[in-house]
Amino acid sequence: MSCDETLVLKITSLARFPSEEWAKLFMEQVNTNKKYEDAAKTWEGDFLFVVNADADLKEPATMYMDLWHGKCRSAALLKPGEEKKAAYVYSGPYGNWKKLINKQIDPIQGLLTGKFKLHGDMAKVLRAVRAAKELVETAGNVPTEFA
Amino acid sequence: MTRKSRGRLRLWWFTSPRIVFGEDSLEQLNTIEGKRVLIVTDPVVRRLGMVDVVVAELKKEPRSIEVFDQVEPEPSFENVEKAAAFARGFQPDLIVALGGGSCIDAAKAAWVLYERPDLAVDAVSPLTKLDLRKKARLVAIPTTAGTGSDATWVAVLTDKAQNMKLDYFASRELVPDFSILDPRFVLKLPKEATAYTGLDAIGHGIEAYVNQWRNDFSDALALRSIQIMFEYLPKAFDNPDDLYAREKTQNGATMSGLAFSNSQVGLIHGMGHALGAIFHMPHGLAIAVSTPYVIQFSSPNAAQRYADIARVIGIREESAQKATEMLVESLRRLMVHLKIPLSLRDAGISESIFKQNIDSLIEQTTRSTCTFVNPRVPDVEEIRKVFDCMYERKPVDF
Repeated sequence: MSCDETLVLKITSLARFPSEEWAKLFMEQVNTNKKYEDAAKTWEGDFLFVVNADADLKEPATMYMDLWHGKCRSAALLKPGEEKKAAYVYSGPYGNWKKLINKQIDPIQGLLTGKFKLHGDMAKVLRAVRAAKELVETAGNVPTEFA
Repeated sequence: MTRKSRGRLRLWWFTSPRIVFGEDSLEQLNTIEGKRVLIVTDPVVRRLGMVDVVVAELKKEPRSIEVFDQVEPEPSFENVEKAAAFARGFQPDLIVALGGGSCIDAAKAAWVLYERPDLAVDAVSPLTKLDLRKKARLVAIPTTAGTGSDATWVAVLTDKAQNMKLDYFASRELVPDFSILDPRFVLKLPKEATAYTGLDAIGHGIEAYVNQWRNDFSDALALRSIQIMFEYLPKAFDNPDDLYAREKTQNGATMSGLAFSNSQVGLIHGMGHALGAIFHMPHGLAIAVSTPYVIQFSSPNAAQRYADIARVIGIREESAQKATEMLVESLRRLMVHLKIPLSLRDAGISESIFKQNIDSLIEQTTRSTCTFVNPRVPDVEEIRKVFDCMYERKPVDF
């Protein structure tokens, strides 16, 4: 494969964030991440990733991730108006998600400084900080394009 | 907007108590309002007469004073709940934490549970809004020079049910309102505790300077604290009555506390907390033994930072890698001077006990919130290898 072909493949495999395609790619990345699998081997709890609208994203979006024992069993972009309950809700404005995916914000510092909010059983998630960090780091490995 | 330098974008706070330091600083206690004062301490501090000194100072103003003197070393959930129940019975408007890190951590936790009886101990985290200071304020008077707890927003508690240290009982609201650093309180610190707590302070300074959350404010405090501790800790150890050396180590310890409280600690504390919980090693000893090995492990990702530390303690070496090696050697010379073992085997852990517990040590280290801000984040096998090196006193060269 030539350098040009590699470049074309990379460009065509980018997924727009947030989207159904991005959610599926994220699931793939999670399911091939041995570090996450090891860190989250006892984790039971699904997540909603809520991307709030801001100057660069007109419509908010929510992605659902069903995380179970080191794997992501399903992932989807919720339809507008669709409601789904999850053990954890991790939310923040689009601009902050962009920084997180680009690894410009530490996920835990992002929570502590209010750039993101997390709702759910804090004691449980703080006992699984390695898994949480691996999960967010995985988001940075998804080939992503932004609006 | 462009960002040329390495690292992540920064948004962070700097939080500090109001600090009174130097000889006779205890006299400033009476400038702090409070009609009902609860002193939280331990039996040793009480036996040494330090509670009497504080009570005498407090009695210069009309106040009701009660003493809870049952803080355990490495306080458990049950211990702090007992202190909180005592506080609820007395209803203080001022809590004075008098003692080492265990007393100050216990007082912080008891204060939270006194103000917020609706919260369970393990429900408190940096993301919990506590809304403290509705009932009382907190003053810390450290009697050791090392933990830095008088300046930090964390309380390390022992979860006996899981036989592990809880390191996320933390909130910026937990920073004491006042810290009083009167060197007379550390004059009676035994040699062994002087060494353990002093090396703990050096560990705080080193980790504050190299971890992923470091920042300009913590950097300045970390470097100066390390410089002070390297110079004055051996003097305080050799001559316990040297009030100036005691004052310096006390200042250095609180500065290193401010440094790591406003950045983070790292793998030294991730491993040190596991060693403390499983082998019941004193915290400072566990930190001291871990430090050289973690520096060696982390140096591929932080050699220039370690070289900066080496420079402030007087090492002149251009090569960052060589400077880091010389820093480790300096640290080991200091540990030998302070009669601190250089390996877990030398610390009295038998090989069979070590092997029986290695999986638990690894598990606890991986679960620690400290581990994942280390400059080099280890995986499970790397943690195992570092522990093995620490046991056998072998260099970490992978």
